[in-house]
Amino acid sequence: MTIQKKSEFIEGGICRRGFVAGAGGLTFGLTVAPWLSDRNGEAAAASGKSPVNAWVTIGVDNSVTIMSPAVEMGQGIMTTLPMIIAEELDADWANVMVEQSPPNHKVYGNPGFGGFLVTVASRSVMGYWDKLRLAGAQARRVLLDAAAAKWGVPVSELTTGPSVVMHAKSGRKMTYGEIAAFAKAPKTLPKVTEADLKEPRDFRILGQDIPRVDVPSKVDGTAEFGMDVQVPGMVYAAVLRAPAEGNKPMKIDDVATRKVKGVTDVVSLPYGVAVIGMTVEATRAGKEALKVDWSKPRDGSYNSEKAIAEFGKKAADGAKAGIPFVKKGDAVAANKSAAKTVAREYAADYTYHAQMEPMNATAWIHDGIVEVWAGCQTQSRATLAAFKAAKVKPQQVRYHQLLLGGGFGRRAQTEYITDAVLLAKATKRPVKVIWSREDDVQFGKLRPQVAQHIEVGLDKDGNVAGWRHRVVGESVLAYTSPGRLKKAKGKDVLVMAGVAHHYGIPNQLAEHVVDGGATRLAAWRAIGAGYTIFAIEAFIDDLAREQGRDAVDLRLAMLADNPRAQHVIKEVVKMSDYRRKRRGRALGLSFGEVVGSYTAAVAEVSLDDKTGKISVHNYWNTVDPGLALQPQNIVAQAEGNIIYGLGQCLTERITIDGGVVQQSNFHDYEVMRIGDVPEIHTKVISTDNRPTGIGEFALPLTGGAISNAVMALTGKRLNHMPFTPDRVLKALKA
Amino acid sequence: MVAFTLNGQPASADAEGDTPLLWVIREHLKLTGTKFGCGSGLCGACTVHVDGKAVFSCQTAASEVEGRKVTTIEGLSKNGDHPLQKAWVAEQVPQCGYCQSGQIMKAATLLENNKNPSRADIVAHMQTNICRCGTYPRIVKAIQRAAKEG
Repeated sequence: MTIQKKSEFIEGGICRRGFVAGAGGLTFGLTVAPWLSDRNGEAAAASGKSPVNAWVTIGVDNSVTIMSPAVEMGQGIMTTLPMIIAEELDADWANVMVEQSPPNHKVYGNPGFGGFLVTVASRSVMGYWDKLRLAGAQARRVLLDAAAAKWGVPVSELTTGPSVVMHAKSGRKMTYGEIAAFAKAPKTLPKVTEADLKEPRDFRILGQDIPRVDVPSKVDGTAEFGMDVQVPGMVYAAVLRAPAEGNKPMKIDDVATRKVKGVTDVVSLPYGVAVIGMTVEATRAGKEALKVDWSKPRDGSYNSEKAIAEFGKKAADGAKAGIPFVKKGDAVAANKSAAKTVAREYAADYTYHAQMEPMNATAWIHDGIVEVWAGCQTQSRATLAAFKAAKVKPQQVRYHQLLLGGGFGRRAQTEYITDAVLLAKATKRPVKVIWSREDDVQFGKLRPQVAQHIEVGLDKDGNVAGWRHRVVGESVLAYTSPGRLKKAKGKDVLVMAGVAHHYGIPNQLAEHVVDGGATRLAAWRAIGAGYTIFAIEAFIDDLAREQGRDAVDLRLAMLADNPRAQHVIKEVVKMSDYRRKRRGRALGLSFGEVVGSYTAAVAEVSLDDKTGKISVHNYWNTVDPGLALQPQNIVAQAEGNIIYGLGQCLTERITIDGGVVQQSNFHDYEVMRIGDVPEIHTKVISTDNRPTGIGEFALPLTGGAISNAVMALTGKRLNHMPFTPDRVLKALKA
Repeated sequence: MVAFTLNGQPASADAEGDTPLLWVIREHLKLTGTKFGCGSGLCGACTVHVDGKAVFSCQTAASEVEGRKVTTIEGLSKNGDHPLQKAWVAEQVPQCGYCQSGQIMKAATLLENNKNPSRADIVAHMQTNICRCGTYPRIVKAIQRAAKEG
């Protein structure tokens, strides 16, 4: 029986939540050995003295409480990271409880992300891998030392089993809980090194299909998301936001709003007008009744459909150089002197995250403290947003991390926290701000639309000598993190993700031509790779066709020195029975390396040539994520990735006119529903490489797989995502 | 003031009759397992049962449930052990989990009327409910498992 504890908000100012991982049914928070307590760790961490013991708490009841620093948004990280610690601690997983770590980045920050608390880009396991293994090993070493001292034997004679220290010579055993009952804290924690770590072949937790600790709470309504927070005395807020980026409210007519029963206040914000009320429904009705004149938008003439056509021309015109992102040899010269060139163009529209939980946050300023409750992908940025908005010192912020009803990059942004803090300041009360779905769509932070152009130069033997890939569109970092963009000398790692491919070509140039309007942008699951790998993989197929070669053979030849790439491709060819012709259906293959994971996919499609509707029947995919820590969770992530990716391929599209998003809810921003989903077949190939990203690996392959399948079926290339019926019909006529 | 039976217990809230049942349940009565997703009957995250039928609580006025029986995810079973809930855990369905209360409540009305649904039956019935994480393949499996294991 799995038990989880409801969090008790405002309990000593700390949001507590515990999940029992296994079948232990032990109660959270019984007597704990004070020297291993996380609270001590927190205190120690705050003083900068002892940052490591903050990860593990051993209870005298033999419970093991492990801190999970990354945020849970469905990717299973709240289970996977504690598994890493538990493995090296040699804990009995059945007695492990998981707790969200306090938002102290000095202790719990991701070394792979500048030490900040941020859960993005599939980089939690990669970033924390060494740190958490060492933290687990260190806690184990403390237990061993304590047992050795108690028994008066050398520590080298001791071994551990699941939550037990053993002395083989004397046949004695002690559970971790028994040790916690008597052990004293060492003044300085023992140093551990890589030599203290287990050999991966000895892992008994990592690599197993451990059920996710958050799942039971997600089937009975007890899981607590940001929007579920209830603070005594709380009021609600709805914000009417300026329609286009850069608008400000100039004239506010709130007479009708203030007459709405339950509305208590109307507050002007730099970017909108907020309605405060005793109930959600009052704030929503009050917002409807507001009349606001807005200042001029930053770019009120921007029309995305006109812009993408312009982007296409700029992509094809190689005269204007972009910001080089990948540069190897001289691709421009190689293409100029080539025996033959092949060029193609591609495009992708703006996409919206459509996470199921609309943006929301709760804040309360009291006793010199700014308390914030939210489901944010970065505790560090949430804290930053809160102290900036409240104009206080960082240490005055008390941030409570809740579960996220979908992240996908959207919740790495923090403007909903700014809303809540500004309004808590204005009202002097706890305020929960809830965006409507319409707000969430229209004030979404989008994946940019881009046009792309790929040109290769072939030598006289048909080998690819030069590769030039141009991406035209706005810069995400220029909008979200201008400082970071400056540091990177203008290289936008989000927009250009995926352009650095593995096909062995001596001269390569991938460049970003920055163009567009003043669109609100953000990272979106897999970011640029969603469209760049689509373009690359569609191009490789066309190149094979131009050369009269088989597209799989061409890939394998260009990846000759890459055994991991070869393996995933060969496996997916086998799984999908790729060479077998299907009546009325065809297959398309795609390959990529995404956040370190090698992956290949095959889509099987059919097409209604009267309506232009594509149906995807089967989808096979293989992945080598290095050491597969949670194989079934990787399969689940593959399914989620592919379905999310099918949306970008088939239906998802935001258009902008006059700087204003034209869509508003799920009727005009259509995401995949259960009936749209193919049979998905995933093979996880665990290898002895370091574990790599699994949160977005499969998504970028969807565009190439589907476009290549439609090409195989019809001889027509779909080169503009999403492949809507009108675009399909147009391509069929071309 | 509206009064109805909520998960077997009498409940009342100081809400206007035209208030969506969703907000009455979530914010007046603090049963937060029922989720706000779209406010327009497009996503199914707010699905609850009214007299045993699945409805979008965001599209149901509080006055419509006056004197009627409303069941939310918290009242689907006593100990979270409805066959669907058990199957949902066994198949490790949820990812972010936000839509899953609605998915389970919707699925429960399928099994009430169809003890052995085909894949096509499941897909047709569940088409109202969006899961952005893409747990659909597991939703199908979990419903099939619940039908089998009862």
